[in-house]
Amino acid sequence: MPKIPQQVISLGILFLIAIGGFVIARKFFIPHSFGLYGHYRADAVEEIKKQEIVYAGAKACYDCHDDIYDLKAQSYHKDVACEVCHGPAASHVENPDGVLPPIPNDRKGCAICHDYSPPRPTGFPQIIEARHNPGKVCKSCHNPHNPTLPHTPESCSACHREIYMKKSISSHASLECATCHTVPEGHLTSPRANEVGKPQKREFCGQCHAEDAQVSKDILRIDLKTHGERSLCWECHYPHDPETNT
Amino acid sequence: MKKENKKHLGRRQFLKKCAKAVCTGLLLSFVEFKNVWAKQVGNGDKSAERKYAMGIDIHKCIGCGRCADACKKENKVPREPHYFRTWIERYIVPIKGEPVVDSPNGGIDGFPELKGDKGILKMFFVPKLCNHCAHPPCVQVCPVGATFTSRDGVVLVDPKYCVGCRYCIQACPYGARYMHPEKHVADKCTFCYHRITKGLLPACVEVCPTKARIFGEVDNPTSPIRRFARLHTITVLKPSLNTEPMVLYAGAEGMVR
Amino acid sequence: MEPTIIQQAMMGFQSFSGYIYPNEYELQWSLLIVLYPYLTGLVAGAFILASLERVFRVTVILPVYRLSLLTALAFLIVAPMPLFAHLGHPERALEMLWTPHLQSAMAMFGFVYAWYLLVVLLLEIWFDFRKDIVMYSKNSRGLKKYFYLLLTLGSTDISEEALRFDNKMCKFITVMGIPSAFLLHGYVGFIFGSIKANPWWSSVLMPIVFLFSAIVSGIALMILIYMVTTLFRWKKIDMGCLNKLAEFLFYTMIVDFSLELLDFIHRLYESEESIHILSQLITNRLFVSLIVTQIFLGSIVPILGLIVGRFGKLPDELRRIVYFLSAVLVQVGIFSIRWNVVIGGQLFSKSLRGLTVYKVQLLGLEGLLMTVFLLILPLFILYGIVKILPPWTDSELEVHK
Repeated sequence: MPKIPQQVISLGILFLIAIGGFVIARKFFIPHSFGLYGHYRADAVEEIKKQEIVYAGAKACYDCHDDIYDLKAQSYHKDVACEVCHGPAASHVENPDGVLPPIPNDRKGCAICHDYSPPRPTGFPQIIEARHNPGKVCKSCHNPHNPTLPHTPESCSACHREIYMKKSISSHASLECATCHTVPEGHLTSPRANEVGKPQKREFCGQCHAEDAQVSKDILRIDLKTHGERSLCWECHYPHDPETNT
Repeated sequence: MKKENKKHLGRRQFLKKCAKAVCTGLLLSFVEFKNVWAKQVGNGDKSAERKYAMGIDIHKCIGCGRCADACKKENKVPREPHYFRTWIERYIVPIKGEPVVDSPNGGIDGFPELKGDKGILKMFFVPKLCNHCAHPPCVQVCPVGATFTSRDGVVLVDPKYCVGCRYCIQACPYGARYMHPEKHVADKCTFCYHRITKGLLPACVEVCPTKARIFGEVDNPTSPIRRFARLHTITVLKPSLNTEPMVLYAGAEGMVR
Repeated sequence: MEPTIIQQAMMGFQSFSGYIYPNEYELQWSLLIVLYPYLTGLVAGAFILASLERVFRVTVILPVYRLSLLTALAFLIVAPMPLFAHLGHPERALEMLWTPHLQSAMAMFGFVYAWYLLVVLLLEIWFDFRKDIVMYSKNSRGLKKYFYLLLTLGSTDISEEALRFDNKMCKFITVMGIPSAFLLHGYVGFIFGSIKANPWWSSVLMPIVFLFSAIVSGIALMILIYMVTTLFRWKKIDMGCLNKLAEFLFYTMIVDFSLELLDFIHRLYESEESIHILSQLITNRLFVSLIVTQIFLGSIVPILGLIVGRFGKLPDELRRIVYFLSAVLVQVGIFSIRWNVVIGGQLFSKSLRGLTVYKVQLLGLEGLLMTVFLLILPLFILYGIVKILPPWTDSELEVHK
């Protein structure tokens, strides 16, 4: 029988101690809920669930402020949750008299969404805060819970701000919107149902820009027959800023 | 010379032992490999159901930054400008050339006005957050199991177990993770797990004034996310990485990444 | 107050360009993580060099065999320290052993490290030095005697049969040790190479490039350590050994350089989505550390130096100087490889639209001083180990000649 070398015995003992120690330590150090559902501490899920809620959610507001809620639900602001303007209110729900959410009384809050910004989607109501009735608090004309305009807008720019801004610095600045667009009666109150009319033909632009047009000589003229061949004018020239080639 | 002989004998034994060791190793690794394979290719992992999803409609986002602000308040994210669970990017696409992107303070304070927009083709906003991937690279690389996919498919971080090695931050293709400056652990969006498990909406969805963010349960036929996915052409971010995000974008162009 | 002012001032100097995700302003892995692959590379390289003697019987490098083993040990002891110092919660580090996540490359660190330290390196050193240890314990007195007796682990048998067994085991462990050394450093490469989110890292060649650069750095280190130690011991350098080391260094450098070139050409040719930001990265942020330091000073110059030194007709003194300078340049080059991988991979945004900035701190746990300390520490440890277990083979040398 071959003799087991002395080295193997001493090393074997050492390794057994080390491995044994590791196995025991592992038993001791692995958290008890580890691996229950997967390679993680199952208790962590419960702990994360226990995180404090800061925003109560609009349904909680409805329980007491149903009148305002119902009014808002019919308005343009139906998708704007109460806590967007009034701030997180979970503490108010818990202690209705002790913690009162702020009632914004300035122009800043409204401007966050409604100040003019070019990347905003077309049709989203925007104003230029600095020019729109400066000094007046928004609330004095618009009810935030039902922001339908107190009176029909006087100018197209109230809604079509982006176009208005472009046009105002273009060579078409002096033209009224109605010069080119026909505006049906109902457009001011329900715009989507009553869309405005747009020019259809080259000849429309030709009223000013054709060589034989009966207008001021300062206006740029082209030969309507040859210029741009069969293309429609607005395929090359953006009418609200006609020098831009897009 | 005597030594030489012994050496040769020894070598044969070593080779035998080596072969044995290699075989066992291969067998063991094959078992593990099968698991990994199943998980990565994505047909064997039934443990995590993908219950929740978020939809983001680029055409509706007005870049007001209320979502990023509410997220910081709800989840006590440090207010400093370099820690975000969600943020908004502004894409400025010129007529020619690469789009320019910015996100000052995550969009919370609005976006600076642009001087002279002559060469601009279009602009839009893109809200970003953790994509709660079905194959999360962050979970894959976490050495201790401190970040994981919960049984309802939400990718979470266990702040009491994270060692703070930051490997997950490196592995996230979306920049959705950060090192919490006080807790010294990785932190990220939880889909507001404490809210959604109680029937509330995530804070960012709650406060979005234009419904640019939609949230719901995928399996529920009346859930808004189902309607969202049905009515829009859906894309996800960086699809080539095969992470299978659960944040679905409508109207996001290929340039968004 | 003070830190915020300094921070603000630093923010002013830093020039971020393009767009980076807001969470990316803070660089995640600092100088310490540069150090980690550098140190493990030296370990793997030194060990592989030692195994050349054992397994492939390159007896001419016998003078550095034992020294390489002890060097590998000294550097391996320090290797995890930068990782440890970098953790957000160092007290939780052992979780990697209790609950290792098998899908994570990093989780394997504890096991690869333990395997390499305990099963490969310490065992090989123990078997190789056992006869010496037993002799020391027999010939010394007092505490020293018991210290060496403890090191024998109770096996004091130095009969010829026992020594033959030692020798056999030594060789067996070395055979196992080569794949282990490949594993140790290949796996460090895998940590980076497997991150698909990062196009600078994500490459199947990464583990192999890491491995060969590790061997390069290990051999260069042994050239330096061998030359310095013989100098301080007033011994003559064995030029046969040194020439062989230089030759190996040259060959591995050629392989390493070709692999890196292949990686570069492959990226350029495939020209994926990330190519624009990566080319900006190279030309703006990494020009000095990649083009100048890594490629020119760290690869081309030492390769030329080694060609002239090894194959040119030079007097031995000049040859030694050329080898020494080449080895120093190689170390600088390899360190900049690690820098370019670890820091370079974090200098661009994963949005692929912008570049960030890394400022090295001087003080603090992740600062420059700490790095320098961790770079010097293994040399002191090596000094200590050499005092306990002198690896010198000068007497054997004379037998050879």
